[in-house]
Amino acid sequence: MNAPFIEASIAAAMTALRLRRRDSRFAEGRCTPHVEPCELFFINARMQDTGSPTAGSPPTLEDFLLAVGRERDRAAFAALFGHFAPRLKAYLRRQGCDPGGAEELVQEVMLLVWRRAETYDPVQASASTWVFTIARNKRIDALRREQRPEIDPDDPALVPALVPGPLESADHRVEAQETTGRLRAALKILPPEQAELLRLAYFEDKPHSVISAEQGIPLGTVKSRLRLAMERLRKAMRDTV
Amino acid sequence: MTVPTHHPGDTLLIDYAGGALGEAVSLVIATHLALCPCCRLNVAEMEAIGGALLEEIEPEEVDPSCLDAVLARLDEIPPLPRAPRVHKPKPVCPGQRTETPLLPEPLRRYVGDDLDRLPWTSLMRGMDCVEIPLFGQHSDPTTGRGRARLMRMKGGVGPPRHTHRGIELTLVLDGGFSDDLGQFVRGDLAVGDESVHHRPVADEEGCLCLAVTVGHLHFTGALGLILNPFVKF
Repeated sequence: MNAPFIEASIAAAMTALRLRRRDSRFAEGRCTPHVEPCELFFINARMQDTGSPTAGSPPTLEDFLLAVGRERDRAAFAALFGHFAPRLKAYLRRQGCDPGGAEELVQEVMLLVWRRAETYDPVQASASTWVFTIARNKRIDALRREQRPEIDPDDPALVPALVPGPLESADHRVEAQETTGRLRAALKILPPEQAELLRLAYFEDKPHSVISAEQGIPLGTVKSRLRLAMERLRKAMRDTV
Repeated sequence: MTVPTHHPGDTLLIDYAGGALGEAVSLVIATHLALCPCCRLNVAEMEAIGGALLEEIEPEEVDPSCLDAVLARLDEIPPLPRAPRVHKPKPVCPGQRTETPLLPEPLRRYVGDDLDRLPWTSLMRGMDCVEIPLFGQHSDPTTGRGRARLMRMKGGVGPPRHTHRGIELTLVLDGGFSDDLGQFVRGDLAVGDESVHHRPVADEEGCLCLAVTVGHLHFTGALGLILNPFVKF
């Protein structure tokens, strides 16, 4: 193993560990040296993914999520927490949570991320998308005391797709990650009135009919703006470079 | 197997993907998704938009004790066992009939598999319905409590001409019906709102559907003048 690689992995580990400097168990020396778990994770991830386009580059959110799923890697989890917790808090605040309640729910969502990481499939979704769906379902359960009915992928009554789903391959895995990147870029250049409606739809627990009534925008206008936004974003998602 | 031709449309699917719909409306959308691979792909893309929006949100600082608290709880509950993921559909031998349940999930877990055991009540001649109990304590406070029912109509039967105060979503599960907007068969979702005046009539073989209403139907014909005060369809 060459020196630059070790340096890089320690830097990545330190980034992750900076987030949990206050974790008393590490101060007690249970896990010294501090870099150990994440370094291990990084080396493991490299060994497993040798040949994939991400090998050699710093770990992505998807890598961290896989490390949690495969190895119960706490440093990788801390890195995920550092990235997602402030975003989840902002998301839950927009859903009407007070700051304290939002932090409690952030904990619940992150615990679900820890517990379900094994089921994460990078071919199906980017880490952000996966965490978004967990947060969405948790807040419906917690704030509305309601279930969110969902399909069962193994249901024999499910009508299968005409075209088979994405194959299990590194290419498709990268595709799911890159989709989020392309979407973020496309969101930035969306006309403001379309972007604002999207945020209301995703962040404020209001169906488009309620948005229309509250914002005083005719229902037809709300619908057409959302449709236009979808058209642009779909194009961004489907246009693979 | 055919795929549906009448869909919820982008705006309802965005509401579903974002999690803004109440349980009743989500139930009918999710059941349509089970029968419509095309809308499933759309929802997956809309969830990806949710992921990108979460990335773009202005982050709010989280108290550092929050991470400590979560780390301390990681071992509280053992991780969920890895669910066996089957990517390939099971091979179907030619000649062998596989029993496909009539009702797809998530509807099946609400009403079970045996339609004849449900407590059907008669709405009018040739038209029965059964209320579907929802799990939620209270439904979406912003749109009022939605109501989900299974409806069974004999051939040629249908409710009187009506419009909707609020929204009515009707998903065909078996047989079919026709109205001013076209023909609806298994998997098709009819979206009715204030702009839709219609008189649906069940096709010859009858029709079984999942009907969700938020708000009430409003009968518009002469019969409606008599029915409206008494019947809460």
